Amino acid sequence: MCVGVPAKVLRIDGFSALVDVMGSQMNVGIIFVPEVKIGDYVIVHAGQAMSIIDEQYAKESLEEWRKLVDARRDG
Amino acid sequence: MLDVMDSPTHSALSRTLLQEVRMLASQFQQTFGRVPSFMEVCGSHTMALARTGIKKALEGYVRLISGPGCPVCVTDQVTIDAMISLTNGSDRIICTFGDMMRVPGSYGTLMQAKTEGKDVRVVYSPVDAVRIAEQHPHQEVIFLGIGFETTIPILAAAVKEAEEKQIHNFSMWMSTKLVEPILRRLLHDGEVLLDGFLLPGHVSMVMGREHFEFLATEYGLPAVISGFEALHMLSAIRHLLMSALKQRAIVLNDYKSVVAEQGNKQAKYWMNHYFTLCDEAWRGIGVISQSGMDFKKEYDRFNAKIKFSVSTSEPRRTKCRCGEVIRGLIDPPQCALFGKACTPINPIGPCMVSSEGSCAAYYQYMREE
Ligand code: SF4
Ligand code: SF4
Repeated sequence: MCVGVPAKVLRIDGFSALVDVMGSQMNVGIIFVPEVKIGDYVIVHAGQAMSIIDEQYAKESLEEWRKLVDARRDG
Repeated sequence: MLDVMDSPTHSALSRTLLQEVRMLASQFQQTFGRVPSFMEVCGSHTMALARTGIKKALEGYVRLISGPGCPVCVTDQVTIDAMISLTNGSDRIICTFGDMMRVPGSYGTLMQAKTEGKDVRVVYSPVDAVRIAEQHPHQEVIFLGIGFETTIPILAAAVKEAEEKQIHNFSMWMSTKLVEPILRRLLHDGEVLLDGFLLPGHVSMVMGREHFEFLATEYGLPAVISGFEALHMLSAIRHLLMSALKQRAIVLNDYKSVVAEQGNKQAKYWMNHYFTLCDEAWRGIGVISQSGMDFKKEYDRFNAKIKFSVSTSEPRRTKCRCGEVIRGLIDPPQCALFGKACTPINPIGPCMVSSEGSCAAYYQYMREE
């Protein structure tokens, strides 16, 4: 039920934002992520943005997994 | 960024992680003489583990037990019956998340009530229900507020909107659940042997990693917060195995891109602003004290339980074993009704209705034909 989907913030206006979710646009509440900026990715659940995705961390975990693959291949 | 996450190199990464997990699981078996068991607390994980094939790929290596993490599945029968009988009053519009529509009450479902002409509407967000109340000032709009910590702040956001707009014909029938008390209960009862928890990424983004520290400090178990992609889940299971092998009880955040150490402060603030802890009844388990949240006294005007009374009789008994399924005591096929009397088209229990129910996930992805 809390299927959070990632969405890109296109426009911010007051306590809501226009976001793009896999090609379709919708309005979501942003009272839980007041610091959100245009261009950020957020996790949306039942009409509210619940978390701003930290791209740095997303990239880091991908890096970590890649290293693991490389280590396996070489080892 | 999201296209990076979708790239084809992913399947290569997943394959390697899967091998790694199997290797660690075999090591565990050699060391401890049994298959490691982890519980995935959340229904989204249950579904995702089945859909991605991870659960099947790990059969014989890792036992993944579905936990009590789908709000539809854990709502007890009396509450479901009460929610359905709410539709009986006149001039009412009942709004709900879609998952509730087909849950069998003792006498009918919300869907049947709708077919009989009752005004029952599925909304995507509780805030939509507030808008409906605004558009229908002469009718009472009642939202059926079920959910865990991920959803409770969202229910708060709806109340906030109704309060600000001074809407008096909006209320909520709350039946929310908290993850910590149910995990404590399961561990306390000790019915299932567990080597660790795969923690729900969504609940954690609200509550934060630190909220789950008690699993390590008080129960000596490792736990890993995980996202919902195949890679996320395999990575989390790998961390769980490494901790379990070393007998190291730590609570790890493996979903840092979304989950912060302290969670979402704003979300926690608003849920505690309108709601307070209450006792809640869990399907097949019974009442657990302080295991949910309901309106604070000063917000009684939004509390549908105060505004409206419903009468329910003793719930009808069925042979459904959902109560044992959500406690991780049996796998769905051990229920005699599974796949026979009970299917997604004709569900007997909520675990078969909910898109995240263990029985539904099993039926769709795990059945041996
Ligand atoms: S994501 Fe939320 S609704 Fe879905 S199973 Fe987990 S706790 Fe339940
Ligand atoms: S298979 Fe159906 S009847 Fe059996 S436990 Fe699951 S939902 Fe209940």
